[in-house]
Amino acid sequence: MSIRTITFDAIVVGGGGAGMRASLQMAQSGFKTALISKVFPTRSHTVSAQGGITCAIASADPNDDWRWHMYDTVKGSDYIGDQDAIEYMCNVGPEAVFELDHMGLPFSRTEEGRIYQRPFGGQSKNFGEGGQAARTCAAADRTGHALLHTLYQQNLKNGTQFYNEWYAAELVKDDEGNVCGVIAIDIESGETVFFKAKATVFATGGSGRIYASTTNALINTGDGVGMALRAGLPVQDIEMWQFHPTGIAGAGVLVTEGCRGEGGYLINKDGERFMERYAPNAKDLASRDVVARSMMMEILDGRGAGPDGDHVFLKLDHLGEEVLHSRLPGICELAITFAQTDPVKEPIPVVPTCHYMMGGIPTNVHGQAIKLSGGHEGEDQFVNGLFAVGEVACVSVHGANRLGGNSLLDLVVFGRAAGLFIEDQLRQGMTQYEPTDANIDEAMARLNRWESSTGGESVPALRKELQSVMQNHFGVFRKGDLMAEGVAKLADLRKRIANAHLEDKSGPFNTARIEALELDNLLEVAEATAIAAEGRTESRGAHSRYDYPDRDDENWLCHSIFDPKAKKLGKRDVNFKPKTVDTFQPKARTY
Amino acid sequence: MKVSIYRYNPETDREPSMKEYEVDTQGKDLMVLDILALVKEQDQSLAYRRSCREGVCGSDGMNMNGKNGLACITPLSQVAPGVLEGKKPLILRPLPGLPVIRDLVVDMGMFYNQYEKVQPYLQNNTPAPAIERLQSPEERAKIDGLYECILCACCSTSCPSFWWNPDKFLGPAALLQSYRFLADSRDNATEERLSKLDDPFSLFRCHGIMNCVSVCPKGLNPTRAIGHIRSMLLERGI
Amino acid sequence: MVTPVTSLGRNGLYDWLIQRVSAVIIGVYLIFMLGYLMTAGDLDFASWKAFMGSICMQIANTLLVIAVAAHTWVGLWGVTTDYLTSLTFGKAATGVRLIAQVAIALALVVYLLWGLVLIWGGA
Repeated sequence: MSIRTITFDAIVVGGGGAGMRASLQMAQSGFKTALISKVFPTRSHTVSAQGGITCAIASADPNDDWRWHMYDTVKGSDYIGDQDAIEYMCNVGPEAVFELDHMGLPFSRTEEGRIYQRPFGGQSKNFGEGGQAARTCAAADRTGHALLHTLYQQNLKNGTQFYNEWYAAELVKDDEGNVCGVIAIDIESGETVFFKAKATVFATGGSGRIYASTTNALINTGDGVGMALRAGLPVQDIEMWQFHPTGIAGAGVLVTEGCRGEGGYLINKDGERFMERYAPNAKDLASRDVVARSMMMEILDGRGAGPDGDHVFLKLDHLGEEVLHSRLPGICELAITFAQTDPVKEPIPVVPTCHYMMGGIPTNVHGQAIKLSGGHEGEDQFVNGLFAVGEVACVSVHGANRLGGNSLLDLVVFGRAAGLFIEDQLRQGMTQYEPTDANIDEAMARLNRWESSTGGESVPALRKELQSVMQNHFGVFRKGDLMAEGVAKLADLRKRIANAHLEDKSGPFNTARIEALELDNLLEVAEATAIAAEGRTESRGAHSRYDYPDRDDENWLCHSIFDPKAKKLGKRDVNFKPKTVDTFQPKARTY
Repeated sequence: MKVSIYRYNPETDREPSMKEYEVDTQGKDLMVLDILALVKEQDQSLAYRRSCREGVCGSDGMNMNGKNGLACITPLSQVAPGVLEGKKPLILRPLPGLPVIRDLVVDMGMFYNQYEKVQPYLQNNTPAPAIERLQSPEERAKIDGLYECILCACCSTSCPSFWWNPDKFLGPAALLQSYRFLADSRDNATEERLSKLDDPFSLFRCHGIMNCVSVCPKGLNPTRAIGHIRSMLLERGI
Repeated sequence: MVTPVTSLGRNGLYDWLIQRVSAVIIGVYLIFMLGYLMTAGDLDFASWKAFMGSICMQIANTLLVIAVAAHTWVGLWGVTTDYLTSLTFGKAATGVRLIAQVAIALALVVYLLWGLVLIWGGA
């Protein structure tokens, strides 16, 4: 089968913060770069990020030090974040953030004219000894929106070639497994095209839509992880899913941690500030995994509010109307729209809600995708031609639990790093791997399967079932037997999805086709999550098990690596060798 | 309740038509986007855009019972009296004034073109400092109510001046962004920006109808921003 | 951006200003005339002619006639460029618009000349 081919030096798949930071870097260097996004770029999920971008720019505290930020991040990751990568992110961070200001990002300001920073969970001064830090740079509570629009504007200025509303469906590999590009569908016309490039950068974001209740956008369907897994590539720490403490109960819409940073706190149905019991020092600004678990304990112990006792409250009214309207205007709007609650007067009903995928495609700091772990002594091997940045990647800077405000930093630092690296590689001469017709046919197989389907179950029904399996079997608290049941249900779903039906086969703007292709990706991510979660027999960070309640450093102070071909879980060493500072040794994690 | 939706598939339909659906909301005051999801479960051929479902991405701008807005943050009770109770149908049409690609999906090309024309990016030809460019809270406050635009096109597609001259009149959304950079103390391309706006169409086709203000889902005021630019042009031109 | 040859000021700002200034002239004239008519008591042809024949009124009337012509041109030019476009007339739009604009322009020139003759010709 022959399809049209479009050739570039580099293609970026995904138009969120990481993708557009990477494409900007490459466009500035003059290489022929395309950005393929299934939505117009400013509709990407980065737009929903609220609280800010954590970075030691020393505005709120002139003595702030990126090493303190590094310490917090390592501790937050429950010690399975790679320390060389965390070191890079925290160290390069200020430069990347100042660049954003120079690009025009409308940060809120201090009286001195510097960028406003607010306290966020898990932040400390002086390596945990100096009390709460305020390190999250904010543009009111719309930082992600401001960041995404700024990056889009800069890409316009620098002439990035956009393919908006194009859906990347499958990786194209040659016989040796080198990546040659992607198959993508022009959603507007329905045409299928092969994008050929020397470098393919995945910046496809997260996959929160595997859960029934999530803060994630409807487009977060794990397309990059799905494509990687189908291509036989491994994913790392995919069992690590962050549940954000404050999703609006019922709606799932995010309420920023910045609310607690500004002085808000959680109360149970009796009005008690319960975090004082669970985290006596940091209280409501403990790490997200800790707060989310504490909330679930309150709810399970019968102190949840509402007719079903299924949520707690976030109290903000004591901050006063002026602070709420100047620092948290977006939250006030969202609470009124989705909880019919005015935070100036009443507390907002909230519940832990699936928010972020810490795991993903394993990469080094340059975004190069890793195919096989180097083990204890050997070196990592890379997938030629494939890079990953942002939430789809697992560098890993977040380990078992991401700190608030670190995701936006991850996007810009590693989007930029990958751009710089690829630029350099292209200058030195990168190989363009050429696929055979058979390679392209192989990549087209899944599309053709849907196109030729004549009967079977419908996509929305199967998706709903998958989401409820994940919600019920792989939530905040996990248990071996329940997870085994979930894995079996997913195996059954895999068979049924393989025979599902795409009724509408029309060309122009056929969203039913896109949803069908997304369902395949959701399934891949869900299954990897399930098997990895069942396999990691300990509790660490966001992964919390009743049957293994303790952290097990002897066996599990390591990354998990899910191999999709064997559907088996392996291990990979965590990096404990930062280049310029001493290793942070694992210790008990309390807040 | 009854939902009436504008349907058009260029592959099969010679002209657009309205199609009726029956949806069970169990009496709940759902968002219009939730209704669309329920309809799509019945009829997967229905096409519409959506992403964040919380009113910040700007994907699902559409015309609901005659008024533009975002489907995801518009509850049935707000669309029109009687819709929630099922006394009146919910009527959904694509944003007016732009070519329809399919069903509720419009071609936003002209809208984005106008956005790009205002050079929507910070321009400053002085060397950047090692830290951020300093900006006082008062200076920063001048771009509040401007930078929040989500490019949903609800405003421009409700503006008669934009309907008649979508290629020449920039429209409220683009002009709001133009002023966002004119008002930013870190931008110093003011003269260049203004010089591109003083022809009879780009800005001056705004007749202060203010449909843009009444439909903006983010509560922004493009008419006021246009007034500010006009004042700047006046100061510069006299 | 676009600078049409048929626009009066050849510039949006000037068109806008012309529209405002001419509106002010027309407005002030109307208010003044209203005030005059209400206070003038019994008005016969002779006193009306004397009033209109005064140099002040000749200047005022000249300004008024010019203001109305300019105001009408800018306004109707806007109307023709809004409604007589390719959206309604397709390829013929330019021709239709030009014919309409020429017709309006001719009418305004006639009106302007006739007005000036009336104002100054009787003296």
